[in-house]
Amino acid sequence: MAKPAFKPGTAVRVRDLPVKGHMRTPGYIRGRRGRIEVLQGFFPNPEQLAYGAKGLPPVPLYLVRFPQSEIWPGYGSTGDSLALDIFEHWLEPAET
Amino acid sequence: MRAMHDLGGQPAGPVERDEHDPSHAERRVDALMALLRARGLFNVDEMRRTIESLPPEIYERHDYYERWLYTIERLLIEKGVLTAREIEDRLAADG
Repeated sequence: MAKPAFKPGTAVRVRDLPVKGHMRTPGYIRGRRGRIEVLQGFFPNPEQLAYGAKGLPPVPLYLVRFPQSEIWPGYGSTGDSLALDIFEHWLEPAET
Repeated sequence: MRAMHDLGGQPAGPVERDEHDPSHAERRVDALMALLRARGLFNVDEMRRTIESLPPEIYERHDYYERWLYTIERLLIEKGVLTAREIEDRLAADG
């Protein structure tokens, strides 16, 4: 199994990949910045499982936490956050 | 580009709550889905992919379990378990 690319606390940005078909990264989170909270584990890739393939090798899945103010314009600085499970290929390192 | 089911953060009105006890037909669709999944005929990602790729006019016009029923029909045809013809013939016979 490959080594996970990101450690907890790392700043990441969600990529806007041109994936057509099934994916598990919602539109509203693309391009947004968050921090890796924890590696959830390695899982077969659902983008391939959806088309009858085995989705192997398993890909790292992270819990990523985003400030709500980073996602929604005009949210205000309440300190609220949103945590989402995101597969590694949807993430890139972000400037902090 | 967003698919039609990817609604998070899109402008929308108030949430319309339509809570009801599932009808007999809805329970049967739920049971059918559970059985087909348990038998390994398809996985949850194939099921989601099929729902998400329903023609928009079908997706928009039908409710939760009706979408499931269309999805089951499409997956059974895709997997070669049934043919569209067999389903149509049976529906016509029951008509």
